[in-house]
Amino acid sequence: MRLFHYWFALWGIVSRELLRFVKQKERFLSALVRPLIWLFVFAAGFRAALGIAIIPPYETYILYEVYITPGLIGMIQLFNGMQSSLSMVYDREMGSMRILLVSPLPRWYLLLSKLLAGVFVSILQVYVFLGIAWFYEIQAPLEGYLWLLPALVLSGLMLGALGLLLSSFIKQLENFAGVMNFVIFPMFFMSTALYPLWKLQESSEWLYKLAEYNPFSQAVEFLRFALYAQFNQQAFIYTAVAFALFLILAIIGYNPSKGMMQRKGR
Amino acid sequence: MIVRTLISTALLIQSLAVSAETVFVSLEKDNAIAVVDPIAGKLIKTVPIGQRPRGIQLSPDAQTLYVATSDDDTVLVLDANTLAEKARLPSGEDPETFALNSLGTRMYVSNEDDNQVTVIDLQTKQAIQAIAVGVEPEGIAVSPDNQWIVSASETTNMVHWIDAKTHEIKANTLVDPRPRALSFTADGQQLWVTSEIDGTLMIIDVATKEISQRVHFAVPGVGKEKIQPVGVVVDNKRQWAYVALGPANRVAVVNAQSYAVEKYLLVGARVWNLAFSPEQQRLYTTNGVSHDISIIDLAEHKVTKSIAVGRYPWGVAVKP
Repeated sequence: MRLFHYWFALWGIVSRELLRFVKQKERFLSALVRPLIWLFVFAAGFRAALGIAIIPPYETYILYEVYITPGLIGMIQLFNGMQSSLSMVYDREMGSMRILLVSPLPRWYLLLSKLLAGVFVSILQVYVFLGIAWFYEIQAPLEGYLWLLPALVLSGLMLGALGLLLSSFIKQLENFAGVMNFVIFPMFFMSTALYPLWKLQESSEWLYKLAEYNPFSQAVEFLRFALYAQFNQQAFIYTAVAFALFLILAIIGYNPSKGMMQRKGR
Repeated sequence: MIVRTLISTALLIQSLAVSAETVFVSLEKDNAIAVVDPIAGKLIKTVPIGQRPRGIQLSPDAQTLYVATSDDDTVLVLDANTLAEKARLPSGEDPETFALNSLGTRMYVSNEDDNQVTVIDLQTKQAIQAIAVGVEPEGIAVSPDNQWIVSASETTNMVHWIDAKTHEIKANTLVDPRPRALSFTADGQQLWVTSEIDGTLMIIDVATKEISQRVHFAVPGVGKEKIQPVGVVVDNKRQWAYVALGPANRVAVVNAQSYAVEKYLLVGARVWNLAFSPEQQRLYTTNGVSHDISIIDLAEHKVTKSIAVGRYPWGVAVKP
């Protein structure tokens, strides 16, 4: 295999994902509408509900909208990761997965390409979302938008790898509702996306612990600091390790000789 | 090469000197003054000073710092560089706020309990007169041309116009309930007054002594009863004015030409008093209940930082 082949495969997968994304205008719209509803409706109701406490990376008092914006960026990526896992299940059902997997390139590479394709799409969504938020007076320092990019790649990969891992377990498209209930919602609500850790600690110690060790929380914190041009080392390490772990498990999951696919007897 | 290094060092020192302003904050409950380096965003030190310090101002030459220590019934005269006490002024009982004339020769102190304004000669450090005004005088200001002393009575709901030469009240302007703070525009043509109970800002025409404009505030998501305007400042170009809205935890940004409220900036809890940086690039706010000050970047109209200073920060003065 030459480098060219790798590049060609990556391009093929990314462009397919992009094409799917561009063709399905409703999907782009819905991916955007979801966080915007949270921002304009949900956050508006809780405007001043955060109480008094200045937590890093913030240096002064902030409105609730400002607080949840990084959480909503995480939400975009979380849903995107799950969406691409959903499309994996669909591909498997429709048979196009076989075409992908018979390629002579290593399987891990194909999966990683698939992940990168998903991340690329999510980054587009995030920046459009932030663009709209800018006009709503949610404005981070300009350099923060630059620092956010590498952070988005890592957090997107991590959440995408999680989706990939889940997709290796899901046999049919119909089971995806279970993923919503058992993965997306708990991950999102038990995280720092909507409320800071100290607020959770006030109400429940175990909820606080769950939120603290939730990889989604760590990804959100990593994004939050990056958006304010700061580097959160702990969140970075945690997110990177979670990514590696999910990816390895997903690769094992997609290995026909060991993984879940064989067990399901497809 | 050496010359170049010297020049760049000199320039560096100069730029440091320009930016090195010092913020003094009176801490009502800590009986102290907080000294803050706003550029570094740090509290440098807290200096114990006297009982219940509130009103705080620098002399026009910025070498002397005056602090009203209300429960000691005096106004302290401090060296602005060392904070060493130089004298105590006979301010009368319970001084809260005071104003200086532009020459730095006279001080006018509001005595809330005695319903009077005490005039102090700063050269002899003697009280030379007590002027009877309305009930509970609080806000006080001197016009830029030193012609008028204006005193606002919280309970009488009046602004009294005192002739600075004769110390007689020449006119009264009836204003909205509980007037708190007063501020002249730099050109001396307008007097801006806040009403704590009605939640309004009034602009009084100095020539006619009548209210020419009234500004109302409405912060989305904040109850009307929480909008209690206190401190008000107007920039030198009369382009923008800033009003501290008390328990609404916001500073209102008012277009000083059109009188439209352009923005509400979130600061700490119960914001009362305001002060500009020397070049008017920044605004400092004292947030009494959250025990901090907030720094507002005036070019962007954004709050950049809040710094914890101590219990119940009340007044703020900025030394270049």
